Amino acid sequence: MMNKKQIAITASGLTMRFGSLVAVNNVDLEIEKGSIYGFLGPNGSGNSTTIRMLCGLLTPSSGSATVMGMDTKKESESLKQKIGYMTQRFSLYEDLSVKENLQFISEIYAVPGKERKHRVVELLDSFKLADRAKQRSGTLSGGQKQRLALAAATLHKPEILFLDEPTSAVDPQNRRDFWETLFELAEQGTTILVSTHYMDEAARCHRLAILDEGVKVADGSPRQLGETISSHVVEIEADDPNNARLCLLGSEEISSITQLGIKLRVMIPKTISDPVQLVNNSLVAANIQAKTEQVFPDLEDIFVSVTQQRRREQGS
Amino acid sequence: MKSLIRVFAIMRKEFLQLSRDRLTFGMIVGIPLGQLLMFGYAINTDVRNLSAAYVDESDTHISREFIADITASQVIVMKQRVASVYELEQLLDAGSISIGIAIPGDFDRRVLERDRQAAQLLVDGADPIIAGVAQQLAALPLRFDSQARVPKQATLLEVRNYYNPERRSAVNIVPGLVGVILTMTMVLFTSVAIVREKERGNLELLINTPIKTPELMLGKIFPYILIGLIQLVLVLGLGWYFFQVPIRGSLIHVLAAALVFIAANLSLGLLVSTVAATQFQAMQMAFFFFLPSILISGFMFPFDGMPVAAQNIAEILPLTHFNRMIRGIVLRGADITSMLDELLALAIFTAVALTLAILRFSKRLD
Repeated sequence: MMNKKQIAITASGLTMRFGSLVAVNNVDLEIEKGSIYGFLGPNGSGNSTTIRMLCGLLTPSSGSATVMGMDTKKESESLKQKIGYMTQRFSLYEDLSVKENLQFISEIYAVPGKERKHRVVELLDSFKLADRAKQRSGTLSGGQKQRLALAAATLHKPEILFLDEPTSAVDPQNRRDFWETLFELAEQGTTILVSTHYMDEAARCHRLAILDEGVKVADGSPRQLGETISSHVVEIEADDPNNARLCLLGSEEISSITQLGIKLRVMIPKTISDPVQLVNNSLVAANIQAKTEQVFPDLEDIFVSVTQQRRREQGS
Repeated sequence: MKSLIRVFAIMRKEFLQLSRDRLTFGMIVGIPLGQLLMFGYAINTDVRNLSAAYVDESDTHISREFIADITASQVIVMKQRVASVYELEQLLDAGSISIGIAIPGDFDRRVLERDRQAAQLLVDGADPIIAGVAQQLAALPLRFDSQARVPKQATLLEVRNYYNPERRSAVNIVPGLVGVILTMTMVLFTSVAIVREKERGNLELLINTPIKTPELMLGKIFPYILIGLIQLVLVLGLGWYFFQVPIRGSLIHVLAAALVFIAANLSLGLLVSTVAATQFQAMQMAFFFFLPSILISGFMFPFDGMPVAAQNIAEILPLTHFNRMIRGIVLRGADITSMLDELLALAIFTAVALTLAILRFSKRLD
């Protein structure tokens, strides 16, 4: 699917300070063309700030970035024609209709006159907005607004698409459709950079970076990340998960316990060679019946593990 | 070419939004209309019908004739006759009269001998306009038809009132109102229109597109220039219709003066919009500008009557210069080329404000 490894975005030592707050701290990036790259991190972890620096909206305090071979500081104006940006907040005009908004955007990008009409109709169709064309965009549902915003961001066929938490106000079905669209775009060669705090969305990305308090704590494909974290994950299915939890809380080796219904997910540092044995021993000692199994870490485990590790390193 | 498409895109969008924003649309027409009617009908510096009372201690036919004379001037309306000066003072204190007339017991003798003032006016001098009226009354010549012995006195000066012989306030107010309304529309609506995009997040989208700052600003302000011209026509047209305010000068000159003035105010509106973060802040800042504009620009009070410091500040305000131009053209039929100073002042103001605005507006967020 991907061509020879071509790089769309590189960043080195990207840093942004607002007064004494360091919003983004020394972030390096290398993003392949035609891939979907995720920024995973909670609100305030520097996702939006990084995206804004890559768009050329914010000037980094230090470090530099190159997008499609153009320097974001010096060539931000010519870059604008090549990038599409979907803001976190709906930023089209709520008092204009769906069609008027798209027409406006097509004029702003100075799409040639003949193509303009055609392109608007095409987008209305492909984003399933044709029946809403005359509706004021302020009265659309969350999913419709998001489709409109994506339609507007892709109207000028950008080579890179920046999406800042695009699915925060969207129901699951719409989110699924939205991602279908993103994959189609990526297949056509668009590079997509998306920030999110949903684990399931992050799991769909080709590669992702985990940001924590402005620091990139890990990056790679979801699979690679799972392999490289410093913890084992053990899943425990017990009749009385609460009791099992209380029992395991006492164990020093266990770094985190998460309850999912009747299951518990337990993280144990990789320094322990047989994590299942360790859990079983504790449970047997407390006379608790349970099934235990070592599983592959999911993104939530990865996220918890890498952020915890960083906290520990900071502490020491 | 691309620039033009983008400027037109912004303009078209602005008109669409304006046509859907009924409140703003209403203000564009409503404010000029409301202000015109209020200023035209309610504000009158040529005061008549002040409440008055009198005490007549002499009660002769001369004193009665005097009271009848003074009432006939229509400057005052005689409410009542009281028994003593003390009662007059009480009425003044209570605010039920503005002027009291005290006629002493020896009024006849004083009139005949003409060695002292014959009677006294007690005036609520807190309001200088009323005090001014009292001066007019005091200057009334003494003449009694039945008293042939009193010669009719010639006054020292004769007044010839040019441009507004009936002394109608509307004639002075209406042209000035054009400037006040344009100030309001251009500074307030323009700055709010731009700040609104900031506040609603639209600007974050726009600055990510290839649109350039001058294109955006041009597209945003052009609709308001048109609105300003509509308001100009509205105010002068209705002023002529309702208050018979004449337009003695050339309409082209009126238009030229208005356009230069609009440019000055728009630049200021743009500057405000680059400083304010919310629509409310933009409004607050605009008001800091309105108040001196209305009060010391010569719109309300004669410019020459103000202290030098205030005059100096007023010279900075575009409205001061516009008032001189528009009154000159509309009322005196003056030629705009005789007011190059005013044009120059407005041009400098525009250049400074516009430069600051463009410097301050950045397509970056930081």
